[in-house]
Amino acid sequence: MHPRVLLKNRKSGRIATIDEYRQSGGYQALENAFVKNDPPPGDIREILLEARLLGRGGAGFPIGKKMATVPDNAPHPRYLVCNADEMEPGTFKDRVLIHADPHQLIEGIVLAARAIEAEIAVIFIRREYENAARILEREIQVAREAGLAGKNILGSGRDCELIVHRSAGRYICGEGTALINALEGKRANPKRPPPYPTTSGLWQQPTEVQNVETLCCVPHVISKGAPWFRSLALTESGAGTKVFSVSGRVNHPGCFELPMGIRLSELIEEHAGGMIPGSRLKACMPGGASTRIMPGSMCHVRLDYDDMEQNGYRLGTGAIMVFDHKTCLVQVAANLMTFFVRESCGWCTPCREGLPYILDLLNRIEAGQGRAEYIEMIRKMCGHMKYSYCAFAPGAVAPVQGLIEDFYAEVTAHIENQGCPFKDGQSDKNYAGSHY
Amino acid sequence: MLPETYINEVEKRLRRTGRPREMVIDVMLEVQQFYGWFSDEALEQTARLLNMNPLEIEELATFYNYIYRQPVGKYVIHVCDSVICWMTDGYGSFVEHMQEKLGIRMGQTTDDGMFTLLPVCCLGYCDLAPALMINQTVYGRLTLEKFDQIIEDLRREK
Repeated sequence: MHPRVLLKNRKSGRIATIDEYRQSGGYQALENAFVKNDPPPGDIREILLEARLLGRGGAGFPIGKKMATVPDNAPHPRYLVCNADEMEPGTFKDRVLIHADPHQLIEGIVLAARAIEAEIAVIFIRREYENAARILEREIQVAREAGLAGKNILGSGRDCELIVHRSAGRYICGEGTALINALEGKRANPKRPPPYPTTSGLWQQPTEVQNVETLCCVPHVISKGAPWFRSLALTESGAGTKVFSVSGRVNHPGCFELPMGIRLSELIEEHAGGMIPGSRLKACMPGGASTRIMPGSMCHVRLDYDDMEQNGYRLGTGAIMVFDHKTCLVQVAANLMTFFVRESCGWCTPCREGLPYILDLLNRIEAGQGRAEYIEMIRKMCGHMKYSYCAFAPGAVAPVQGLIEDFYAEVTAHIENQGCPFKDGQSDKNYAGSHY
Repeated sequence: MLPETYINEVEKRLRRTGRPREMVIDVMLEVQQFYGWFSDEALEQTARLLNMNPLEIEELATFYNYIYRQPVGKYVIHVCDSVICWMTDGYGSFVEHMQEKLGIRMGQTTDDGMFTLLPVCCLGYCDLAPALMINQTVYGRLTLEKFDQIIEDLRREK
């Protein structure tokens, strides 16, 4: 049995109350930080850095390092933004975290705000998570009444106001700079830094944007220390646990909190209940929709930022989408691309023009109108995405790049057969491992 | 026209915040609730309330998935078409069934103004695929029977 940290208070059908959270050691770190100034803000940042807590929203950037980019003499008010705009297909861990233990997130936000001496925290949440938004509003009020949030926290003279901001639905709002535009009531196009939000973000004030899961880790790191957090991982370079959202062709899709560095095969077989009857593992998306499709033969990899990168993949958000041998990956890539085409903000040319172009070629290949030269055209167009403003377009083409490299034979079979070999269950050939 | 009481209440809220524009999405959603969709009149009213240019509002209205610039039914059925829902067994016939049951295609509204069918990107309920959202309630692990039941219940509620 692996230890659970973030989901240890998870109940079926209801949230953990503030009392339950406190009984499990909750709000202890906050109390020490605000009442005894132990640890002071600089030390909080230092501990987080030492703990190697990496951003769980996809990019995997160290939280301590990001916090260190807020200059000491930066003006006030400063903002901490909790990014709960979880909209990447396959990803639902933040929803589960908020529904399981909302006070864990509230404490994480207030502590992270303390680390950069921010007095205002905004939770940016997607419209589909209305229940989570209501839970947070209600529990923030509970925390406020207990003196743990709002004005003059525990008599320390320090404030941290928490505001829940509901979005009206658009994937790109989850991108840090786009999110700031959205909060300011502008069209949510990303801005290319510099300046970085930590020096000039919301209303041109210093702003730190962090993901829900990252912030949920903060109280535990502060109360139990960096060495303890690092020791949770199964790999030398990893740290902490990870909440994996598993979906697709498995028996028990859901959220599983496991040590960083767990093998993909163990996650699928032992925790997600294995493949559904009659299904064999063909491929998966290991880190959400904007990561490379991974052949099933790679399922021995350790789910850890470093290990994945060394193998040419990304852990991303830790959303594992599982595909079986009957699933056509050209269709999968086209479906994902449809999502990215629809959700692109349209601001910069490579993304606005390039993604529909790639989608069109994929649809032609799937429909039996593909030509051999299309593969090179797709490869070239994918390469152009690095010229776009933000990480959206490079992420959008990652699955396609995986498709044409690792499943080359599956794509060419579509072209040679002038149609989809998987149609009506005709073929279940596993094309994986047929490298270009 | 928006009710006087609502206008007064919003104006009070806008005065309280130092930067009214940060509330624009909230106000747009509330005004849309009143009109049933984000009509030209709704757009102009919102612009006036926030002291913004109507084009600035249009720029936002056309950006977000849940601001409707065309009339929609009382219940807007957002059907997830992202990868996990899409690959559940029988997804194609499920979408076909929904359209038949309501007698409309995706993007259309029933004649009685009750239901609109719209595709939407991942709702974040992949563990309960296939999923859809009606107004702000999410329904998961859908079957044809479950969908019919939901529609019957909503029809009875009116």
